[in-house]
Amino acid sequence: MKTYTNLQLYSLVLLRILIGWHLLYEGIVKLLSSGWSSVGFLGESQWIFSGLAQWIVSHDGVLQTVDFLNTWGLIAIGCGLILGLFSRIAAISGAALLLMYYFNNPPFIGMEYSVPTEGSYLIISKTLIEALALWIVALFPTSKQFGLDFFIKRLKK
Amino acid sequence: MASDNGPKKSDRDKDRVENSISKQRRSLIKALAGIPIVGLFGLSLFEKRAYDKRNNNRIFKELGLESLQDPNLGEIESARKGELLRIGIIGWGVRGGQLSKALGFLHPDEENSMRENGRLEDWLMQDDLNVAITGVCDVFDLHAEKGLAIAGSELRPGGGKSLKLPVKRYRRYQEMLADKDIDAVVVTTPDHHHARISIDAIKAGKHVYCEKSVSLSESELNELYATVKSSDRVYQLGHQYVKNSIFKYAKEIINKDILGDITLVETTTNRNSENGAWIRHLDKDGNPRPGSEKSIDWEQWLGNAPKAPFSVDRFYNWTKWFDYDTGLIGQLFSHEFDAVNQLLRIGIPASVVSSGGIYHWKDNREMADMLQCVFEYPDKDMTLLYSGNLASSLPRGRVFLGNDASMELGASLVVHADGNSKKYAENIKNGLVDPSIPMITFDPNGSSVDGVSSATESYYASRGLIGTNINGRNVDTSHLHLAEWIDCIRHGGEPSANIERAYEEGIAALMAHRSYVEKRRVEWDPIQRKIV
Repeated sequence: MKTYTNLQLYSLVLLRILIGWHLLYEGIVKLLSSGWSSVGFLGESQWIFSGLAQWIVSHDGVLQTVDFLNTWGLIAIGCGLILGLFSRIAAISGAALLLMYYFNNPPFIGMEYSVPTEGSYLIISKTLIEALALWIVALFPTSKQFGLDFFIKRLKK
Repeated sequence: MASDNGPKKSDRDKDRVENSISKQRRSLIKALAGIPIVGLFGLSLFEKRAYDKRNNNRIFKELGLESLQDPNLGEIESARKGELLRIGIIGWGVRGGQLSKALGFLHPDEENSMRENGRLEDWLMQDDLNVAITGVCDVFDLHAEKGLAIAGSELRPGGGKSLKLPVKRYRRYQEMLADKDIDAVVVTTPDHHHARISIDAIKAGKHVYCEKSVSLSESELNELYATVKSSDRVYQLGHQYVKNSIFKYAKEIINKDILGDITLVETTTNRNSENGAWIRHLDKDGNPRPGSEKSIDWEQWLGNAPKAPFSVDRFYNWTKWFDYDTGLIGQLFSHEFDAVNQLLRIGIPASVVSSGGIYHWKDNREMADMLQCVFEYPDKDMTLLYSGNLASSLPRGRVFLGNDASMELGASLVVHADGNSKKYAENIKNGLVDPSIPMITFDPNGSSVDGVSSATESYYASRGLIGTNINGRNVDTSHLHLAEWIDCIRHGGEPSANIERAYEEGIAALMAHRSYVEKRRVEWDPIQRKIV
């Protein structure tokens, strides 16, 4: 970490916080709109996860659990990234979650969805890029300096 | 020694300590950098919520539709408790099974399959209506046996207990009607029996819940009307559709005159399958479904209809023939008519013109597979249009066209302001209302009504894609419709699809059918009260 220049360090912190902000809001919105469910999204699932998605949708209890975990997962990951608390775990699980979204609705040639996306994609989507960005955040940790992980580090000493 | 170097060293120490304190302080501040960001996030979130709410409220205030935001508006009324009602069901085809389920009785096979696919929980949440199916009547042994299994089932929703009352099979419906141990009957036979059985049942002192069509003949419809009117028994026609909470919102929008003058209502049927075209006599493997003259009392099945040789085709696909039904009109337009009539109280049309033909399903049918009917209401300055198509499933919806706004009423409700509306001209100009996006949307599966909804929401709504129901329960509308009937039996009052509505619908349907068959414009004589 010592080898980062200040500009590199601040840029990485900013990247971490911005992604955290985005995921936190995604989670909060789902929490605040009481009618929200992943049914529409999962119902559209194609490729390797479509079987799993169908299974989730057809089981009310499972669906509710998935919705709950998704909403609170997003909120926890978002807070973790902004505050720099358990930042690496947050970044890795965030990347995994985003990859799940990506592979459920991949913008591959020949796969079409009735739910509109907010962009035009060919194989690579913003979701995939955000997942990769989180992976970078995990590889280049900043939270032990800029984040509550500082105190965890100190406690461990 | 100490005194020699003392001041120098202590200065250095002091510097070092100060340095390390300020370094520590800086580290601390850096470590806490995320906290003000969270604060900023919270503040922005609060501002956005307030902004959205302000904007949302503005349009409802502007339209005088604050009542739509009442969270209790879409609430489901639960059945009031009352004494046990002993019900007999006449006709145990598909619909008989569905209505039993709505009453709280499941076939053991269906119970298992619902348990497997996770749908049983919703059903178990259904209110207990405190009824028992004690009578089963069907001309087909197989169906009667299915009915006995359903009526004798012990699982009850809503925490109800199985009363284990004896269930009796009646060979003829007249025997069931003569039995004083039956309080009420549900009629789910093919349509040509509906009016006759309903009349006989009311005369025998039973309450009647009857599926559509009301009646296939004008004289029987008149007899039914007179019989129900002169009796204190409760008659309800099976139009559960309007029990969807969406109708309350639609009613409010009509009452508040959001649409302006409604001059045209377009209703449609859009089907494109064998099942949808009433070809139902073959099983999955293409073999004829069960039934023979040995297991089916064919003479009783025909009833007052003309003699015809037994065939599995006729038994399962009766909708194809004029003797047993009115096809698209009786099966599908009837629901459309009731939906419009419940909202606008249009009543009997002054005239009807129908046209169409058998354009796709070229089998032995008499019934049109493509049909257009135009119902005129000059005293209401309105036309009701019906277009039924059995060879294309393109969804065309149900639309109420007003000069200020139009309302699409389907799986969800969408209101668009008209670009040339005078009423909304001011708000269109100032940008509060945009005719290209919905002014009001309501999705019964979501929890809130939206004014000025986002493009995505309108996209979802128009495609009926929203299948989200998380905290709310999926409630069977047939259950609600039966519950209303039962509530009226126990506590008095008029059910929504009472004999007045049924009569209006029956006449409208008969006019449309006669126009198609006789290839002429058919009129209603309001003084003689007859079709001419």
